[in-house]
Amino acid sequence: MADIVDSKNQWKAWVYLSPAIALLLVFTVWPIFNTVRMAFLEGYSGLMNVGGAKFQFGIGNFRKVLQYQRFLSCLKTTSLLCIITVPISTILALLIAVCLNSIRILQKPLQTIFFLPYVTNSIAIGMVFAAMFNIVGSFYGTQNEIIVTAGIVNNIIEFLGGKAVNWINYGSTYLANMTVMVIYIVWNALPFKILILLGGLQSVNKQYYDAARVDGTSRRRIFSRITVPLLSPMIAYVVITGFIGGFKEYTSIVGIFGETMGPADDAKRLNTMVGFIYDSLSTNSQGRASAAALILFGIILVVTLINLRVSKKRVHY
Amino acid sequence: MSDNKIILMHERNMAEQTSHQKIMTVIVKVLLYAFILAMAAIVLFPFYWMINSSLKTLEEYRRSVPTFWPHRLMLSNYSSAFTTANLGKLFLNTMYVGVVSTALSLVITVLSAFAFARLSFKGKNALFAGLLATMMIPGELFTITNYSTVTNLGWINTYTVLIVPFLVSVFYIYLLRQNFMQIPDELYLAAKVDGTSDLKYLWKVMIPLSLPTLISITILKMMGAWNSYIWPRLVANDEAHRLITNGLRNAFTETTGDVNYPVQMAAVALVSAPLFLVFIFLRKYIMQGVSRSGIKG
Repeated sequence: MADIVDSKNQWKAWVYLSPAIALLLVFTVWPIFNTVRMAFLEGYSGLMNVGGAKFQFGIGNFRKVLQYQRFLSCLKTTSLLCIITVPISTILALLIAVCLNSIRILQKPLQTIFFLPYVTNSIAIGMVFAAMFNIVGSFYGTQNEIIVTAGIVNNIIEFLGGKAVNWINYGSTYLANMTVMVIYIVWNALPFKILILLGGLQSVNKQYYDAARVDGTSRRRIFSRITVPLLSPMIAYVVITGFIGGFKEYTSIVGIFGETMGPADDAKRLNTMVGFIYDSLSTNSQGRASAAALILFGIILVVTLINLRVSKKRVHY
Repeated sequence: MSDNKIILMHERNMAEQTSHQKIMTVIVKVLLYAFILAMAAIVLFPFYWMINSSLKTLEEYRRSVPTFWPHRLMLSNYSSAFTTANLGKLFLNTMYVGVVSTALSLVITVLSAFAFARLSFKGKNALFAGLLATMMIPGELFTITNYSTVTNLGWINTYTVLIVPFLVSVFYIYLLRQNFMQIPDELYLAAKVDGTSDLKYLWKVMIPLSLPTLISITILKMMGAWNSYIWPRLVANDEAHRLITNGLRNAFTETTGDVNYPVQMAAVALVSAPLFLVFIFLRKYIMQGVSRSGIKG
């Protein structure tokens, strides 16, 4: 119907769209082509390009990036964080959502509390976590140094009779660093997942549960045979978005460790794929940065496709 | 055995079973509340610790036995945080970038969503599908080229560079288009018959009817400005244009090893406060926007 009115003035639509299209052409469409182009020009550098250098076409950037020890360590950290945090946060969020859905008293305030970490600045709260996981005692482990600070987590560990752990400071281990990152990322990832899963639970038809109750089905069976299958589309959704977000992890690490991306004695130890891309950019190695960005895109694409494949078999409608 | 006796036994069995079930239900309820309250405490703890620490004296903060409520309230931590991190200037910069980019972005989004939802033109569906496809690409891929583009345009260390590249969000256009499409065509046709112009119709009918979506977009966009870190750090890291997140991280980067944590926590609390206020008053819109997007800011 609207066609009759509008067919005469098609140009109007283009006028309305023109600001969006102009900006998209410059900042979205052109970058797609240009980034792919730079990725396939061997050793491309913006600075040298201005100087008039010519670059050969080839896959050298990709080969170099994949042989680069620093990139492989970024890939390892990023993948580890993804593989560990996505299942933990999804399972925890599922448990919390199911509990929230089955209680009546305090449901609304608790729902609000669990959403709170979402509306935070990941750098700012990362600094709070860094303070909480600080060491107790001196900074470099020597006797006559000033006491730096006390971290509440180590206070609690010592109170419970354990031995304080050097989580993030000078001389800490990769394992300790990663533990802090996992805790922070899970804490940060929970609200979104709970919101989605709780929304799913609340839209589940109550008749299924009534039928199960009449049949005398046990709670565990109800959970595994009714709740999880009916929620499977939402679970698939939070897992996929979790992986996509996980592979782009960067600011949460800056929040805790600062720009050094690691403890003082081993800077860049916790650098991620995105961090690698920005590092390459700041040294004017656009070719390398582009190749790394395309590899990141490829990984995200593959992981998403695998997830969709698996969930197609598992998602129950 | 008489029939009566059988019925009696059956009843007793039933009674036992229901009381057993009742006890189970109570136990499950208790465990449920214990779990969820414990989780809530863990989720809240960092916020509590931030506020608790921000009000302590440095001496009290460093005690080996931590205090769970400051003995002496050091409200002055907040004023020294404000000056140490130069938060006033950072607040103003961020508000300016947030307000201008949100306003411009809303205009662009409304016009585009209107074209996609109400007007018909050649290649509409192909164009829309193309736009949606770009949402799959990670932003870093754009950033690499955009960095060169804004450098060539001479936009480094300006407000323009913080505003213009992110004015168009395909996701917001999509969100608003879906909303616009729910408004019946008949309204539009009636307005056309009455000789109402497109823009007037948009302003008088469509915008009021999709106000909740527009509010969601506004909040998410403002939060985006407040939380953005990577791009501002890359292109506008000078004193005059620095944004809040970046400024906060810079002001307290551990170089000396001796950090005044209470002041740092006060700064973090000050940066977090506006977000909490927005959350308290506009929670409904944030949750609506988020559940449909899955993006942070």
